[in-house]
Amino acid sequence: MVAIPSRHRSLVLLTIVVVAQVLMLAIQIQRTNTEGESKNLVRSWSVGLISPFERAGTWTVGKVRGTWRHYFALSDAAKENERLKQENDALKLQITQLRGKAAEADRLAKILNFRESQEKVPMIGARVIAASPDANSAVIYLDRGQRDGIRKNMGVITADGVVGKVIDSFSNTAQVLLLTDRESGVGAMIEESRIQSPVRGSGEPLISMSYVSNDDEVKIGEHVVTSGTDRIFPRELPVGTIVEVKQGPPPFKYIRLRPAAQLEKLEEVIVLLTMDPLALKKPAQTSDAAPASAPRNEAAPKSGAGKRTQEPAAKPAEKPR
Amino acid sequence: MNDTFDLRSSASHIEVHKFRGGTILFATVLALFVQAFLPVYFPKVAIVDLPLLITIYFGLSRRNPSTGLLLGCAVGSLQDLLGKTPLGFYGIAKTLIGFAASSIGGKLDTEHPAARFALTATFFALHQGIVVLIQRLLLAHAEPWFTARLAIAALVNSLVGVVLYFMLDRLRRS
Repeated sequence: MVAIPSRHRSLVLLTIVVVAQVLMLAIQIQRTNTEGESKNLVRSWSVGLISPFERAGTWTVGKVRGTWRHYFALSDAAKENERLKQENDALKLQITQLRGKAAEADRLAKILNFRESQEKVPMIGARVIAASPDANSAVIYLDRGQRDGIRKNMGVITADGVVGKVIDSFSNTAQVLLLTDRESGVGAMIEESRIQSPVRGSGEPLISMSYVSNDDEVKIGEHVVTSGTDRIFPRELPVGTIVEVKQGPPPFKYIRLRPAAQLEKLEEVIVLLTMDPLALKKPAQTSDAAPASAPRNEAAPKSGAGKRTQEPAAKPAEKPR
Repeated sequence: MNDTFDLRSSASHIEVHKFRGGTILFATVLALFVQAFLPVYFPKVAIVDLPLLITIYFGLSRRNPSTGLLLGCAVGSLQDLLGKTPLGFYGIAKTLIGFAASSIGGKLDTEHPAARFALTATFFALHQGIVVLIQRLLLAHAEPWFTARLAIAALVNSLVGVVLYFMLDRLRRS
């Protein structure tokens, strides 16, 4: 037992007696709070006495935990950060792929619409798999070839317009000469005036219309379409839009066109699987409709002319592989 | 025993009074009875706190703080038991008064009527202060610290105390 000095005994006794009575009072007293709830005072005191320690304990634990998490457990944070970065990169890649797929879906939908509007024209979709390594020639390679019915001099188009023609066909690959190549050409005519003239490539993004008389009236912005005279492309396929017209050395004008097809961004194309003269309907027209009004300067396609088809003309259309 | 009011320098000069057997118990019970009985017929007598005067007197006479506080505790607790106040209400107040009275009694000559009057008035005020403190802190009753009635009560109790103490002095063991 701890010895209490005699002079302090009465003080200790006083403290004990008073505290005991205070506790006794606290047990009896019901304190009513502002909400009208009646609570035992000793309970309120107990809670009030304990809660600061509880708060202090919670605060301490929170601080310790926070310190641990923020300073000592950084290895986990670093791992988590690395994982999130990888996840972020993967998601970015996924977004890029999905955007590409969406664009591809748009292109394919466009091609599908075109094909559906030209039901009687045998054609096959193909994917561009390579371009010419030679900068001076505008050539692309397709992922389809002789096995798919593709032959030399078949026309290649997109839903936007003329692309070029097949210049060589291999077993599973075909080589296409683009419209912009210097050696390329297509029979064409101005859509409104029906003035005919071949369109040739110049090795540049723009193509030229070579034989339009200086006396003919040609306006910038007019559309040029195929005339069908080259026995490769059917009539009325978009070739390009006139962007420059000049009076050239007599007797012909100097006319430059922007190709209708986006030749720099080719990914999928359509190969026309026939070399018979075709009369394509416009998407808005019916298949039985007659070609547009008789061309002013155009020679009518000869019946049976150009029977160079080596494959059945009615090969069902396929989607690009 | 001189009847001057002087400050004692040593406890050895303090005379501890003893009473006949049962005096403290009898006086206490009687005080409680009278305190409960008289106001029924004489309401104004309620202003006198006989249990407090008994506590003060025996505290001052016995001059032992432990005895004084235990007597105060007992008197106050009995007062609580007989009244409607929660047990401990007057118990705490009278415990502290008993302790204070017996502590003061060991240092001062408390035999002189003037000293008794002053000490009783002081202890009465202190007792009321403790009661108000308990009411404010524990019971959440906003009782006033000081009123005119309190001053009058202090005077009345001091006067009654001086007379009562004189009577109780007769019960001392000679």
